[in-house]
Amino acid sequence: MMTTDVKTMNWMSGESEHVDSVEIQTFGFWVYLMSDLVLFSALFATFAVIGHNYAGGPSGKDLFHLPYLFGETMFLLVSSAACGFTMLAVHRGRKALVLLGLAVTFLLGLGFITMEIHEFYGMIISGNGPERSAFLSAFFTLVGTHGTHVSFGLIWMAVMMGQVAAKGLTRPVRSRLMRLSMFWHFLDIVWVGVFSVVYLMGVI
Amino acid sequence: MASASMDSSGAGRGSLKTYITGFVLSVLLTVISFALVMGGGVPRSAMVWGISSAGIVQIFIHLHYFLHLDASSAVRWNVMALLFTLLIIFIFVGGTVWVMYTLNLRMMW
Repeated sequence: MMTTDVKTMNWMSGESEHVDSVEIQTFGFWVYLMSDLVLFSALFATFAVIGHNYAGGPSGKDLFHLPYLFGETMFLLVSSAACGFTMLAVHRGRKALVLLGLAVTFLLGLGFITMEIHEFYGMIISGNGPERSAFLSAFFTLVGTHGTHVSFGLIWMAVMMGQVAAKGLTRPVRSRLMRLSMFWHFLDIVWVGVFSVVYLMGVI
Repeated sequence: MASASMDSSGAGRGSLKTYITGFVLSVLLTVISFALVMGGGVPRSAMVWGISSAGIVQIFIHLHYFLHLDASSAVRWNVMALLFTLLIIFIFVGGTVWVMYTLNLRMMW
């Protein structure tokens, strides 16, 4: 009876989790990612329907610069791989290596989002903002939502660097790092859809 | 024991080899997609098929090598949730595109 109470209390407090709770949290986070996938699919569907209504404005052919986009894509892809390598260091309990890996992942992700903001800025100051046409409204909503996710991922990553430095690779910290890596890989998967459907299909 | 339990679910089951394999394959497929469009000289329909196929294969590569989804029992419910989500997306996106692209045709009848 006593043991059960203690176990329940630990489970509730979140800091010293029960063995099963990590798996439950991982699955719960996976369900969140799946709901996020449904959100993105709604934005993709919107883009598929109104993405060719240019209202006399520019099309993807006029706006997208593929070598630039390739660089942006590589930033996110290498960042995703770096995140995977970081998780290997997490499982081996190599704290310094984890911090280095997170820093590299963060900087590559920052490179991606900086390039995206630069692209958006250039489009908006030349009068091709989201208000220009249905195509650009759908474009900014879809790509911007992905960019917002990446930005929040970067904030999360910065927080986790602080937690790893301050608390070390404790069980709760490792479990959070695992969910962060799932989030990061998920965003790279969504980006594969974005560059294929929006950019590459947009210029042919 | 505790560590093994954490490794058994979700993103925690990789090895150096799987991450490198996944990364190399992803780069390869991305390059194929971009080369198809930037190289030119390929018919438009071939480009659309090429980009779609490379994109879908790359998504599966990511799911397998980075998120470690497979047929094992450890991630059975993750796969179930994904399959259910794909069904919803198929109905949702497929239905939207089907209805909206045949709108003119439907309105004439």
